[in-house]
Amino acid sequence: MARSTRSTPDVTQPKLGPIGYLRWGWRQLTSMRTALFLLLLLAIGAVPGSVFPQRSLDPARTADWIARHETTGPTLDKLGAFEVYSSPWFSAIYLLLFISLIGCILPRTAVHWKALRSKPPRAPRRLARLEAHADGEVDGSLEEVRAAATAALRGRRYRVASHDDASVSAEKGYAKETGNLIFHTALVTLIIGVAVGHLWGWKADIVVPSGDSFVSTVTRYDTFAPGPLVDESTLSPFAIEVEEMTADFNDREPGAATFGQPRDFEAHVKVVEEDGNAFTDSVKVNHPLEMKGATVFLLGNGYAPVVTVKDKAGEVLYQGATPFLAQDGNYRSTGAIKVGAAKEQFGFVGLFLPTAFIDPDQGPISVFPDTKSPALAMSMYTGELYPDGRPQSVFTLDTASMEKVETKDGKDALRLWLQPGEGATLPDGKGTITFDGVERFAGFSVRHDPGKGLTLWSALAALAGLIATLTIKRRRVFVRLVQEGEVVRVDVGGMSKDDDEGLLEIVQEIRDELVGQSRTS
Amino acid sequence: MTNEMLAQNANYALASAALVITVAMLCYALYLAQAVPVREQATADAKVPATVGGGDSAEPGTTDPDEGGAAAEVVSETPARARKAAGIAQSLSWLGAALLLLSCIFRGLAVQRFPLGNLFEFSIAGAFFAMAVYCVATLRRDVRWLGVFVTAFVTLLLMVASTAWYVEADELVPSLKSYWLPIHVTVATLSVGIFVVGAIVSALYLMSDRGVGGERFWRKLPDAKSLEKFSYSLHIIGFPLWTFTLIAGAIWAREAWGSYWNWDPKEVWTFVIWTVYAAYLHARATKNTSRRTANWIAIAGFACIVINYTVVNFYFIGQHSYAQ
Ligand code: HEM
Repeated sequence: MARSTRSTPDVTQPKLGPIGYLRWGWRQLTSMRTALFLLLLLAIGAVPGSVFPQRSLDPARTADWIARHETTGPTLDKLGAFEVYSSPWFSAIYLLLFISLIGCILPRTAVHWKALRSKPPRAPRRLARLEAHADGEVDGSLEEVRAAATAALRGRRYRVASHDDASVSAEKGYAKETGNLIFHTALVTLIIGVAVGHLWGWKADIVVPSGDSFVSTVTRYDTFAPGPLVDESTLSPFAIEVEEMTADFNDREPGAATFGQPRDFEAHVKVVEEDGNAFTDSVKVNHPLEMKGATVFLLGNGYAPVVTVKDKAGEVLYQGATPFLAQDGNYRSTGAIKVGAAKEQFGFVGLFLPTAFIDPDQGPISVFPDTKSPALAMSMYTGELYPDGRPQSVFTLDTASMEKVETKDGKDALRLWLQPGEGATLPDGKGTITFDGVERFAGFSVRHDPGKGLTLWSALAALAGLIATLTIKRRRVFVRLVQEGEVVRVDVGGMSKDDDEGLLEIVQEIRDELVGQSRTS
Repeated sequence: MTNEMLAQNANYALASAALVITVAMLCYALYLAQAVPVREQATADAKVPATVGGGDSAEPGTTDPDEGGAAAEVVSETPARARKAAGIAQSLSWLGAALLLLSCIFRGLAVQRFPLGNLFEFSIAGAFFAMAVYCVATLRRDVRWLGVFVTAFVTLLLMVASTAWYVEADELVPSLKSYWLPIHVTVATLSVGIFVVGAIVSALYLMSDRGVGGERFWRKLPDAKSLEKFSYSLHIIGFPLWTFTLIAGAIWAREAWGSYWNWDPKEVWTFVIWTVYAAYLHARATKNTSRRTANWIAIAGFACIVINYTVVNFYFIGQHSYAQ
């Protein structure tokens, strides 16, 4: 019950000291009204993140959006519209809610703890005033009827107490509040679980062509994003070899909307864990590989043309499967081959087309995602591959310090068009290139989230607590008895904190039981 | 049967369901038009000033001792024709629900997957669940007054779904292939079905409470306080189911995309809906917040559901975008 804070005009409010203000602030923050307000605010605050592209999800689209909206873009950026869920204002909302939540749970737990260990309260004087009421008369003595009432209520799993000879108090449904506290506490631990994952978790991406393998170390990954408290030296160095990467596309129903759409991807892997334990498994979408220190998800796939580059003397300069990045649903893929071992460095950029077709308007495209008629279309550059040793993507060539190679007659840029098994002689005595074949690659995301267990169990506990608190009814039933000569007048009253449609029925049931029972005796 | 035939049958079942439910709506409308204001007489003698309260009972005057009596009067006073119309409507509602279920099953057989892969299929399943929730409610209490509103909503939904949102039966992209899909989306759709009915009752409460458009009409329905309680009892079933949806969705997201929470637009809205309904329950439990405010929040929650299934699906780019 809210204490009345209204004061008469002639009584001056006591001045609040700093402690007083703190207390007042705390009480405001932990009130139900504030919780309600913050909940609604959280809902509203989450919305912009679904409207504007988010940097953490799609940095390219975000940059593009900002570029296209010259005035609003930068302003919205300052307001955190593109990083809503890590923006100060969004964090402020959930942190306040979090504090409010704790500030609400603690005192309620104390109150409930006490309630759990105390007797149901004394019966009100006039039970007829309660929400539910029934009465009757029965032959017998106070003692007998009181014993019967106690038994009837105990039988219904009420906690029963008598504060005097002529009344019985009973209460049931303590689990409602227990469930409620479990629910709110579980929300706190859930947030802690998320935070643990954030601070001590890491995620990494790596592209592995069929036949290749990798060892889980920070430097081996293409990208590595550790949480702030991750100790990178503690990564468990398991090794994974992709024995085969398979893909299945719908090629059976030409004309259907799903023609050419992927049906299934699967990476068959051989795993060697840190302790030497080796096994084979397959990683699929919806079927990650769970290991002790990390989980491996198959999130991407594509083609890696296998190319051999030799110098004039036939010495191999470059050989291997080079992943090309798919640009559309038919896997028109772009990539780069960097021949860093050559005396004068050179490289290739271009397209890989699994089912190549030269479109009069669009030029070389792919018309189907599977390798029905693969081709590699490339141009060649000579010069410095890694100017200033800057890091660069494996999928692109930094041509800033390079020069495009032209055909022998110098009229046009050199264009290579190779099908598997074909080769070409490179101009200026640079050697030869052959397109040996195509492998698929698996795009893995490797993640470690030490908080996920806590998060999941908290979520399930919250659900259980919620169901308990919403279904269980907290009921108090009182019985008052008055001896009037030979008969005992029986008053049964019930009260509930909730909307309780069944209360009257129970009260009447108990009345009937008491009155009926002693009549027969 | 071939797939095309199954898909065709799904559409026939859907068309029949739409027809049946439309007729049910007309019968319910007829019933409500002829129903005698049930509380006309009841209100006269029910307004015994019941000074209840004392201790920390929820609110004064919670019980209305004459409610039972008033309900009994409905039966005796409503013309036979209206009662017959309601009876027909009720049977048609069951039939309509069954046909919708049949349509879902045919669709599922035709595409050889769980038939909840796009907005069209969501709508049909959502319509089924809304009808089913209503039909189950008829078993437990007299909700004939509610029929016209639910069937009208469902009719509207079926119309929009089969014209604007219709898509041919087809397969799924790999990330949708998981046993979490049936679990997650079935429960989501079931809770949406419950929230639909809950929102309708909340809206009726808000109007009844103010006697929007004439007192007499509202007296044909249960009083505002009963409407409000009924709405609450629906919402407290829907909310845990939605909570489960959220959890199952997170588990599925981790399996499919590697992270249980990505703040993808669809996830954001599932969360927003959850938060708004949590706020509704809070508002209802907060002593100095009115029931009207609470029910407005419930309506806002439903508005978020509508946005989630329409605007978010079509306009916001995210990993769920294939659900169009
Ligand atoms: C993360 C934020 C929160 C969420 C999602 C949340 C959610 C809920 C839900 C769904 C209920 C409904 C259960 C019921 O009606 O019995 C509830 C009840 C309740 N919540 Fe919260 N809550 C949150 C924070 C808080 C805070 C900060 C407080 C403290 C001021 C609080 C106090 C209560 C109380 C007292 C009830 C019981 C109401 C009653 O049963 O009469 N909650 N909460």
